[in-house]
Amino acid sequence: MPISRDDVLHVARLARLALTEDEVERLTHELADIVEAVGIVAELDLEGVPPTSHPRGLVNVMDDDEPRPPLPLEDVLANAPDHEGNLFRVPAWRQ
Amino acid sequence: MAPVVDTLRLTAEQAAALLERREISPAELREAYFEAIAERDGELHCYLRTTETAEGDGVPIALKDVISTKGVETTAGSRILAGYVPVFDATVAARVKAAGLSLLGKTNTDEFAMGSSTENSAYGPSRNPWDPTRVPGGSGGGSAAAVTAGLAPWALGSDTGGSIKQPSALCGNVGLRPTYGSVSRYGVVAFASSLDQIGPVAKTVRDVALLYSIIAGRDPLDSTTAELPEPVRLPEDDSLAGLRIGVPTELNEAEGIEPGVRDAVRRTLELAEELGAEVGECSLPRSVRYGLPCYYLIAPAEASSNLARYDGIRYGARAEGSSYQEVVERTRDEGFGDEPKRRIMLGTYALSAGYYDAYYGQAQKVRTLIIEEHREALERFDLLACPTSPTVAFPLGERADDPLAMYAADLLTIPSCLAGLPGLSIPCGLSDGLPVGLQLIGPQFGENTLFRAGHALEQALGFDTVPERWR
Repeated sequence: MPISRDDVLHVARLARLALTEDEVERLTHELADIVEAVGIVAELDLEGVPPTSHPRGLVNVMDDDEPRPPLPLEDVLANAPDHEGNLFRVPAWRQ
Repeated sequence: MAPVVDTLRLTAEQAAALLERREISPAELREAYFEAIAERDGELHCYLRTTETAEGDGVPIALKDVISTKGVETTAGSRILAGYVPVFDATVAARVKAAGLSLLGKTNTDEFAMGSSTENSAYGPSRNPWDPTRVPGGSGGGSAAAVTAGLAPWALGSDTGGSIKQPSALCGNVGLRPTYGSVSRYGVVAFASSLDQIGPVAKTVRDVALLYSIIAGRDPLDSTTAELPEPVRLPEDDSLAGLRIGVPTELNEAEGIEPGVRDAVRRTLELAEELGAEVGECSLPRSVRYGLPCYYLIAPAEASSNLARYDGIRYGARAEGSSYQEVVERTRDEGFGDEPKRRIMLGTYALSAGYYDAYYGQAQKVRTLIIEEHREALERFDLLACPTSPTVAFPLGERADDPLAMYAADLLTIPSCLAGLPGLSIPCGLSDGLPVGLQLIGPQFGENTLFRAGHALEQALGFDTVPERWR
């Protein structure tokens, strides 16, 4: 299935990427080539084959619910580009 | 004053013995590596940063820059993490420190470990010690090149679809991608979580086994980890008597395998027979044709989810913007390079409404088939063998603008990664003067068998890990 420019813009919105015009153009071609190449998985009839999400088949690994000291607040904020008090500071949600 | 040791030849085991006998001090040993780094890393660019002061009086080590190191900048080769200084150690970093190993520095990687050449690093590529006009492989090219060039006795890498094994093959050293779940990923920058594993790179199989024994085992902070069913055995035996090695036809005759690579692997399998192994053909009918497509749906899908966290709000670089949405979208566009963006876009597409079943869902079922056919082959054989990489190291720039050609570099490493199986790459000869890697694949938690076979072959092959231009 070919990938359109609108597909790329839609996916970029889902992925929170503000692509430049050049990137939209290039990705439209590249994604079409890659999707065509990987799309051959559709050749196989996999009716009844269970999907694998994890190669060792683990489910529900449970640990005891024991409290541990959390990261100190100054460590949590140490790498923040901007913060005020104990909060991350960001611009308004919508302008 | 001449260096006390020749780091080009020194193995980690030999370094430990020198320290033990007090023939060298920990400070002198580190100094020898920093001298080698000063001499050769200007050309090779293995390190993104070195750590002149570090705890530990044992053998030094280098860590790939996807592994969080407390107080030492960790960027995963990305601009979006420029200046990010972890406030905690990854479990593997803590374990090597607890074993006394001292950190030499953080090694270069394709951005977010996505690539097969290190050319996707935002900080410039590393170069192959055998021929600096060629790539060292990737994504862990910095770690692999550092070990070959004597800039570290050993190192840790991460492997999602071949990022430990393929660079080891291209740089002529030994790399292990361990069984999925045997080594903790806590504190390691996540790429594709159902595939990511941490593993060792070194000059010898014994060094790899020793480093694996330090990092492996259950970690309560990574719920996918398990205790090893048996302790790691350092290999000693030179015989392969009784060992059954399967040679999957499709992985040994795939289109694109260079004749020189095929010959070196075939000669090594003949040697294995002389050492007492029983070598026979087998088949993994779907692993080559469908392995790469399956991987390039599953890994980008998981990456698109894992990389959603980089938003410039809590850590890392932040772009300017007048609203929260604009800050996030611009931070991600400016912070990610071309390859992560390509994979985020591909993965988001494969997971989006209307396409999920056709792509991601189908790939998960293909993965089941690939697991089953490996299981069947490993019922008849103790190990499987094939080339690690279809080609020797390729020239810088050759594939940089062709994503599909770059993806094909991992054609032979990907199937066993999808199956969660351990794989060991050992150097098995030269083709056009460049190293060829033999890949040995075992059953889950079959590392001891890989070490035994790898060590016996290593002894018989006598491969010189020092690049010819430095001998």
